[in-house]
Amino acid sequence: MPDLGLSVLLKGKNLARLLGGLGVALKISLISIAISLPLGIILGALMTWKNPVCRAILRCYLEIIRIMPQLVLLFLVYFGTTRAFGWNLSGELSAVIVFTLWGTAEMADLVRGALVSIPLHQYESAAALGLTRRQTYQYVILPQTARRLLPLSINLITRMIKTTSLVVMIGVVEVLKVAQQIIEANRTSSPNAAFGIYLVVFLLYFLACWPISLLARYLEEKWR
Amino acid sequence: MKKFNKVASILLALALALSLAACGSSSGTTDGTDTNSSAAASTESDDLTESVVYRTVDEIVESGTINIGVFSDKSPFGYVDENGEYQGYDIYFANRIGEDLGVEVNFVSTEAANRIEYLQTGKVDVILANFTVTEERAEEVDFALPYMNVSLGVVSPDDNVITSLEDWNEEDEIIVISGTTAETYLTENYPNITLQKYDTYANAKNALENGNGVAWANDNTEVIAFALENEGYTVGIPSLGSQDTIAPAVTKGNSTLLDWLNEEIEALGEENFFHADYEATLADTYGLDYEETLVVEGGVVSGSTESE
Repeated sequence: MPDLGLSVLLKGKNLARLLGGLGVALKISLISIAISLPLGIILGALMTWKNPVCRAILRCYLEIIRIMPQLVLLFLVYFGTTRAFGWNLSGELSAVIVFTLWGTAEMADLVRGALVSIPLHQYESAAALGLTRRQTYQYVILPQTARRLLPLSINLITRMIKTTSLVVMIGVVEVLKVAQQIIEANRTSSPNAAFGIYLVVFLLYFLACWPISLLARYLEEKWR
Repeated sequence: MKKFNKVASILLALALALSLAACGSSSGTTDGTDTNSSAAASTESDDLTESVVYRTVDEIVESGTINIGVFSDKSPFGYVDENGEYQGYDIYFANRIGEDLGVEVNFVSTEAANRIEYLQTGKVDVILANFTVTEERAEEVDFALPYMNVSLGVVSPDDNVITSLEDWNEEDEIIVISGTTAETYLTENYPNITLQKYDTYANAKNALENGNGVAWANDNTEVIAFALENEGYTVGIPSLGSQDTIAPAVTKGNSTLLDWLNEEIEALGEENFFHADYEATLADTYGLDYEETLVVEGGVVSGSTESE
């Protein structure tokens, strides 16, 4: 087996630092996800509302977030707010704001898509059975929406976790940056460490995202 | 459907206009922070930021902490050791600054591409991230006296050593790190060479090792060290362009901190501080041969024609 330089991880506090970095990445992404899922569901429902003003505003919000790369948003929130308003937001808070804005926008569009994908005859059949409006949503529309939404939102969640690697540009040291620091600090003693350490980073991301996939699969079975 | 298309296109145009306006205004303030510029439109926001943007020496001492922006993945200048402690040539100096000011040093991990932004928004007090002095940068930030010499170098694999940038083969690409002097120099002087830009040092290094580009252009210290440490690489061009210096930088207009740093660097010259710094942090990487070439003591750049 080739030398992967994994011994570097056992030096000093390296492994603990790497896990700490993963903690930072997970903290930012999970807080953002926890805020953006419910917000996105509400906004997504609003998007199907026929009110033109409401639609226009939400559409603008969605398009702006979709057009701008996350890195630009991070710079705008972290440095831009200081320039424009003198706010001194911490890197972590800026990251949570950007990821929440992004997650909410995308989640809202997913919810909108799932809602409008339910065919009209489902509503009509429910009405023909004598279900009230509330019952129609509760027993017919929402369960189908949730099932369609599940794989899409899992994609979004894992994407948010992985995109946290960008926050290093606003000074937040997360798992990928710690990995690069470890590789750099040991480049003379273990020049091959890069591969092994990136492999460990891959495993860490995998361990973080895998339970979410499992949960999704479980729910998909259950809701069938 | 027609109506929907119309509405959608108007909204899209609006969104685009908004995002463009956002870009426009942020670049507007970038120019505006240069107090000499005559831009009148953004004076209002300038007044706002001007008052909060930097901290004077007294304010730093009072707060008990100085924020210093450094590299965290650029051994041996600024890196983090296995115990999570910052180490290196820049850090050695940063710790001395903290000691002489009587404050704690809070190290902020910066990247080559965001160093100026950090100073302009006052998110750090000093940048000690191997910051090469250039005219363009001097318009955006204030540089103190230099503490190191540097010029550019180009390193390439032994089987295809690049010794000249003339008669460039158009299919070949050179690796650079975004925001570094190497990027600016090559863009200006060799526009026909395609550059491969990476955001972080570690990524650029991986790219060279993976053969994504034929060579890597960076500060000569970097490429000398890289070639010494990694078998199979040669510095084909050890000195490219003019000799530059590396200096601490502060936010434009922060004269109290700038003056303090200049006095500090002059005073440290009397005890040969930067030679001690070199021997403690850089000698392992470059050997003692490069000491006089690289170190600038007391802020005085000696004749740059010394032999290597």
